[in-house]
Amino acid sequence: MSTSVKVFTVLALAVAVGLATAVSPFASSSPDGLGRVAHDKAFVDRSELHAVQEDAPAPDYAFPGIHDARVATGVAGFAGTLVVFALGFGMAALLRRREGPAAAR
Amino acid sequence: MHIPDGFLSADVAAATGVVAVAAVGYGLHRANRTLDERQVPLLGVTAAFVFAAQMLNFPVAGGTSGHFLGAALATILLGPWLACLVIAVVLVVQAFMFADGGVTALGANIVCMGVVGALGSGLMLRAGRAVLPPRRTPFLGLCGMTAWLAVVAGAAVASVLLAISGTVPLATVLPAMLGVHVFIGIGEAAITVAAVAAVLAVRPDLVAAAEHLEDEPVSAPAAGEALP
Repeated sequence: MSTSVKVFTVLALAVAVGLATAVSPFASSSPDGLGRVAHDKAFVDRSELHAVQEDAPAPDYAFPGIHDARVATGVAGFAGTLVVFALGFGMAALLRRREGPAAAR
Repeated sequence: MHIPDGFLSADVAAATGVVAVAAVGYGLHRANRTLDERQVPLLGVTAAFVFAAQMLNFPVAGGTSGHFLGAALATILLGPWLACLVIAVVLVVQAFMFADGGVTALGANIVCMGVVGALGSGLMLRAGRAVLPPRRTPFLGLCGMTAWLAVVAGAAVASVLLAISGTVPLATVLPAMLGVHVFIGIGEAAITVAAVAAVLAVRPDLVAAAEHLEDEPVSAPAAGEALP
């Protein structure tokens, strides 16, 4: 008995969504490797936001309109994981579909 | 943080942009030719897992954290070129939806966290396959080493890009970046091995880099026996 690809996908996606939603609010908020080095070596102030990022929907992984920081992070993680899945899946499906009929023709 | 705009010179941003476009373009071309039906959902779910795991910063040392990168895991599951696509999807969403990582620096981030790690991982896995016995435990050890190296190599390339940009001297940034990322790489290795072991346990056929592994005595029957 082997797990079908559909079941595998649903389970693995559930793990990803669960981690992004329920665990990410409790992740370390210390600067990461590059952030630490940029701070210690005094080039972090060169960082700037691109004009198109001024209107980013959820800057710094905080879903807008939610006051509780942890909930805002969790909701951002939930939304982001599903958007990434949809993009990755959609792109792969399009690529395969384009190949299918072309090969048949 | 990913490399934000402002850290890199225009030249470096443009050059890494060209490399990233070439790698992602070739990944798309390969996907068009070789993607099999099972890999469509696998690509989506790998990207989703990489995104989720990148949010889970773990403490490293001295008020510093690290997080998963995912190029090695994606390469183990899908091969190096599809892995470049996976990482690019994650980084594009992070830049435009969450303002994490620059827009002009997107190419550099795809290179450092995707292309370098994916192509390096591909070479490591191929070399390991040639010398290691085709069994699960040595394979998982290889996956861990590959993940560690992918992180350290990405940090080294990021250091070089920052130095060429005139942001910080190489002699300053390289030891600092490597000093942190040798530890972050341990976390990367642990997450990668756990994820690969989990996929091997339920659907070993979805692990592209494990095609050569022999069935363990306790594993499920070979696909040929199980299928009508």
